[in-house]
Amino acid sequence: VNPEAAIAEEQLEPATELMEINMGPHHPATHGVLRLIVQLRGEVVEDLKPVMGYVHTGIEKSCEDKSYWKAIPFVERMDYLSYFFQMEAFCGAVERLLEMEIPDRAKYLRVIHMELNRLHSHLVWLGTSALDLGAMSMFFYCFRERDRILDLFEMSTGQRMHTRYFQVGGVIEDIPVGFEQGVRAFCDEMPSRVDQYEAILDHNEIFLQRTKGVGIVSRERLLELGVTGPLLRAAGEPWDLRAASPCLAYGDFAFRIPVGTVGDGYDRYRVRLQEMRESVRIIEQALDGLPEGPFIADDRKVVLPPRHELSTSMEALIHHFKLVTEGFRVPPGEVYYAVESPRGELGCFVRSDGSSKPARVHFRDPSFVNLQSLRDMCRDGYVADLIQNLAMLDPILGGIDR
Amino acid sequence: MPDAPGLELIAGEINDAHPGAVLATQHEHGQACLIVSAERVLDALRWLRDTPKQEYGFLSSVCGVDYLPAEPRFGVIYELLNRDRVERLRVKAPLDDPGADELPEIDSCVELFPTADFQEREAYDFFGISFRGHPDLRRILMPEDYVGWPQRRDFPIGGEPVLFTHNEHQAPGWYE
Repeated sequence: VNPEAAIAEEQLEPATELMEINMGPHHPATHGVLRLIVQLRGEVVEDLKPVMGYVHTGIEKSCEDKSYWKAIPFVERMDYLSYFFQMEAFCGAVERLLEMEIPDRAKYLRVIHMELNRLHSHLVWLGTSALDLGAMSMFFYCFRERDRILDLFEMSTGQRMHTRYFQVGGVIEDIPVGFEQGVRAFCDEMPSRVDQYEAILDHNEIFLQRTKGVGIVSRERLLELGVTGPLLRAAGEPWDLRAASPCLAYGDFAFRIPVGTVGDGYDRYRVRLQEMRESVRIIEQALDGLPEGPFIADDRKVVLPPRHELSTSMEALIHHFKLVTEGFRVPPGEVYYAVESPRGELGCFVRSDGSSKPARVHFRDPSFVNLQSLRDMCRDGYVADLIQNLAMLDPILGGIDR
Repeated sequence: MPDAPGLELIAGEINDAHPGAVLATQHEHGQACLIVSAERVLDALRWLRDTPKQEYGFLSSVCGVDYLPAEPRFGVIYELLNRDRVERLRVKAPLDDPGADELPEIDSCVELFPTADFQEREAYDFFGISFRGHPDLRRILMPEDYVGWPQRRDFPIGGEPVLFTHNEHQAPGWYE
């Protein structure tokens, strides 16, 4: 063997040979069961193909077999970190089909829970993403605050996750005594917690070097790919459905839309952190302005009658029986309704054929659409940056696979 | 949303530019919908995207729908959005079921809207709608070797057997 030739061959190899490696589906840094087929030239990512469907459970199909009110627990199990948003997208779409107006108090209660949910989702994102980048203590701090939010959810809805709190027509129950104080105490504390997170990460040299200038995709390209949410805002596009087409009571609140400048991983982190502060502001305003009145609409053909009426009113009993057995019928039609979830535009398309079961439920899941931009973010970068990009993309595989 | 007269104007202008493209319009629940011939759907989408004063430049969502037992049986739904005016417009392309083992076909809009890539694959995966010119039309959420189109209305719920230890020997290809 000619040693010089062998050395030359070795030197040539990393530059010429493409290596295809498989990442996931069971990899802690893929945030769920996502599989990536990555083509590497040396340590540089040449191409990348996401493979998903490992937790596909056919929720859209199953919804077609459930009456409208029974489909609510199904849809909230898609994206398991933003269940209130899934419920709002679905209930809001059905309410539009029914042309039903929900009471003001219900709108405010929905906003409060959705914004708490946004904080919860961002906290899980921040904890796990920082963990991916080696900042382990962040995980514990974030999950400490997340647990307080889950405690609040348990207080108002009886469940920590997948609460089934939103109903077609409003919310199932009024908030209990002490909930407001609990939320206020949390809101008083949360901004200083966000400051602490910032203090930990913004002075962490490793974190800064791994996020700054990494994974930049231009704003135009992101829009072409249909990317929405913090990813798009980090690239400098102030697009937020809460402000653009305010649903519920979002029009009543003053809040700012944080935007980034270059659109790298660091901007995505900054935008989400600032969004947490804005969410706290929205919750405080919603608590201040929380109107008195009913928390659910008074349409007995759609909404369950109050429990106490069942023992005195025959009519209420009949309505209750009809609603629980058959469910309510929805006039034929098609509706698309979108809300701003923690990951972007969460749209729900519902087609009704006039029966008590939806004929088609389709969710436009933001993680699913946003995932298409991962290839653009990772190309010509290092494998290590792939992990960072995926973490900052914040995909939830339950939502992608549905 | 364009209001009902605005929608008629849009439909008329598209039909002037591409005769026969728009079949009908629908305006319900405050949402506007153009029903577009499946052969001309790209013309209509391109017109809506590029015409000044329309500029529906953002495609929010693409999904397939099965209207069984209605004819035409399938539909592909495009949710367009103009982000400046915050106006949404739905474009619906009805598709006939060719029957037997043939798949209904429609042109892919990935060239116009790259975001449609995954979503068209999803519609293909669940409804068996074939998108002509799609760069990579494969199943996306179901397994690659899966047979059948699970979200069609004639595909039964429970049509996929749930595997337990007592029946895994009967499931073909699972237990070797």
